Amino acid sequence: MTTLEDAPAGRLGNLFRTTAFKLSFAYLVVFATFALLALGYVAWNASRALDDQMVSTIEAEINGLSEQYKVGGLRRLISAVERRAGEPGASLYLVTNAAGERIVGNIDALPTGLIVDPGQTEANYARIGGAQNLEHRAIMQIFVLPGGFRLLVGRDVAERDRLRAVIGRTFGSSVGLVMVLGVIGTWFIASRVLRRVDAMTETTRRIMAGDLDGRLAVAGTGDELDRLAHNLNAMLERIGELMRGLRDVSDNIAHDLKTPLTRLRNRAEEALRTAETPDALRAAMEGVIEESDGLIRIFNALLMIARLEGVNAREDFQTFDVAAVVQAVAELYEPLASEQGLALQVETEGAPLTLRGSRELIGQALANLIDNAVKYGGPSGEIRLSAARVGDTVRLGVADSGPGIPSEARGRVLDRFVRLEEARSRPGFGLGLSLVNAVVRLHQGTLALEDHAPGLSVVITLPAGDPTGG
Amino acid sequence: MSVAGQGGFARTGETLSLRPMRLLIIEDDREAVAYLIKAFREAGHMPDQASDGLDGYALAQEGDYDVLIVDRMLPKLDGLSLIRSLREQGVTTPVLILSALGQVDDRVKGLRAGGDDYLPKPYAFSELLARAEVLARRRAGPGTAAEATAYRVGDLELDRLSHRVTRAGQEIVLQPREFRLLEYLMRHAGQVVTRTMLLEHVWDYHFDPQTNVIDVHVSRLRAKVDKDFEHPIIHTVRGTGYVLRVDEARAPGPSA
Repeated sequence: MTTLEDAPAGRLGNLFRTTAFKLSFAYLVVFATFALLALGYVAWNASRALDDQMVSTIEAEINGLSEQYKVGGLRRLISAVERRAGEPGASLYLVTNAAGERIVGNIDALPTGLIVDPGQTEANYARIGGAQNLEHRAIMQIFVLPGGFRLLVGRDVAERDRLRAVIGRTFGSSVGLVMVLGVIGTWFIASRVLRRVDAMTETTRRIMAGDLDGRLAVAGTGDELDRLAHNLNAMLERIGELMRGLRDVSDNIAHDLKTPLTRLRNRAEEALRTAETPDALRAAMEGVIEESDGLIRIFNALLMIARLEGVNAREDFQTFDVAAVVQAVAELYEPLASEQGLALQVETEGAPLTLRGSRELIGQALANLIDNAVKYGGPSGEIRLSAARVGDTVRLGVADSGPGIPSEARGRVLDRFVRLEEARSRPGFGLGLSLVNAVVRLHQGTLALEDHAPGLSVVITLPAGDPTGG
Repeated sequence: MSVAGQGGFARTGETLSLRPMRLLIIEDDREAVAYLIKAFREAGHMPDQASDGLDGYALAQEGDYDVLIVDRMLPKLDGLSLIRSLREQGVTTPVLILSALGQVDDRVKGLRAGGDDYLPKPYAFSELLARAEVLARRRAGPGTAAEATAYRVGDLELDRLSHRVTRAGQEIVLQPREFRLLEYLMRHAGQVVTRTMLLEHVWDYHFDPQTNVIDVHVSRLRAKVDKDFEHPIIHTVRGTGYVLRVDEARAPGPSA
């Protein structure tokens, strides 16, 4: 578990592996590419525009000069060139004879052989009055006049080249800046994210090592890492709850089962000591079996409660008619109730009284409640069993007219193994109501213990399961 | 009847069915098997055993057993797969499944795999015996008990179609549930039925009733069927359940 983190290049490697880094880098590449293309396009267009401008200036000059030539021939042309060449900001002019020797103009020297062919070209030249080497450059147009004379008109490209350099520099530095900022930003963001994730990893490691109260830090930014931290914390909270519950239950179980187990052992031991006859021994053994059966019942009930609180318990749910279940359970318990002097009444109203759940479990829950009512419902009186549809819920009720449960005890009795003082003389282990509670919760309902004045009224409210939708 | 009075399982002394059954116990827990073999023999039956699924499968196919008792968790071939395969092979021997898993859906899975009855562990042997005997009898005469239109045991007659019950010629008026209870007892006349079996087959519920709810129903039935007549026909079998049968030998001591 420590191999990655401990490697010397590990930290940097982790950085490069983060999604944040990869994303940022991808954005950077895309953005830089587009920036490059855009700026490049601009630079190229600007350069071309400059060229075009120069060419059109040259054309204008040529048009003017050709007018002069038309009007006054070569002599007129030469004087026009002379005049123009002297003006400030003038273009470049040259008129040569057929051999390429200068007649008039402000160009001193050209690359050899250039003046021979007509057309547009870009070449170096030397100015009059300047240095003799061909250190300047210009765009030139060369014409061949009748008689073999050559006319050259051009514009120096120094300006253009300067502008081009500026654009190029700007372009280069922009892209460079973008790249640098991008890399810094990427590294910064990724390492921030990585730091947060590392912090979470560290916390979870601590929690797993035993600090069960540890929780992930929430940065308060509300982003996805925060949401993850929130949810993980909620999960840890729930796990803590469950573990506390488990501990409580095991403590309770251990505590409450000691009594019947001890009783069992005592009976067996007493039988060993005092039983004289085989019949007495037999009776003792039968007693031991009875106690064991009781213990087995406790375990089964505990198992069932635990299972009901588990996650998969709703798998086999079906839609069924709860009125039928109520009737069946009532009918099952009626003889027993009347033997105890209790009249069992059943009222069902509203339809459809359907539930989505387990018929068996609801039957068991009702049986437990009626069982309690028979056991504790007083020497005589009545037990009222009801099922009614109220809105989109189904309300089941079991009410007796006995001593009831005092309001302060009503919360406790739903816990496992709780038996009130008054009940200790009767058979039972205190799991009946816990089971009912677990069944009700499984069916996403609520259980309420109320005063029936006199007596106890247990009300179970469950969401109705309609036959069509379930 | 002949077993009553022998030592050992006095609780099961009454449970002898009409004839000894041949049964196969497929269970890998040696102690449990030894206990079961001994107990079944003492009840007058002929048990065989197999300690893993493959062995059990082979024996079940070859032998001609009245009932198979199969544990769900077995080495080499698990109980439910074993049963499924047997059914596919056309073996119709009734199967009783034993399992530590006792919830409703486990039952359903077991029965769907082809089992005929399901008993969660831990169980009382008397319960196992009673259920095994009922299953074995079912096999013996599938055409007789279940489809008969009327039952007669001694002087008690029950007509399934008209829902009329008479004893020694006198009509007895029963509530619907009492009728069904009596019908079940008569269908399994001579066999011990446990309270759980009654709850399952007469009320169609599988939970463990905390108190003696069933007992009260039976005593109400008895009040109508037995009270005014000379010989009781419904008997309590202590620690196990009830049996409906004519008491032939009025032996000096009461049958336990």
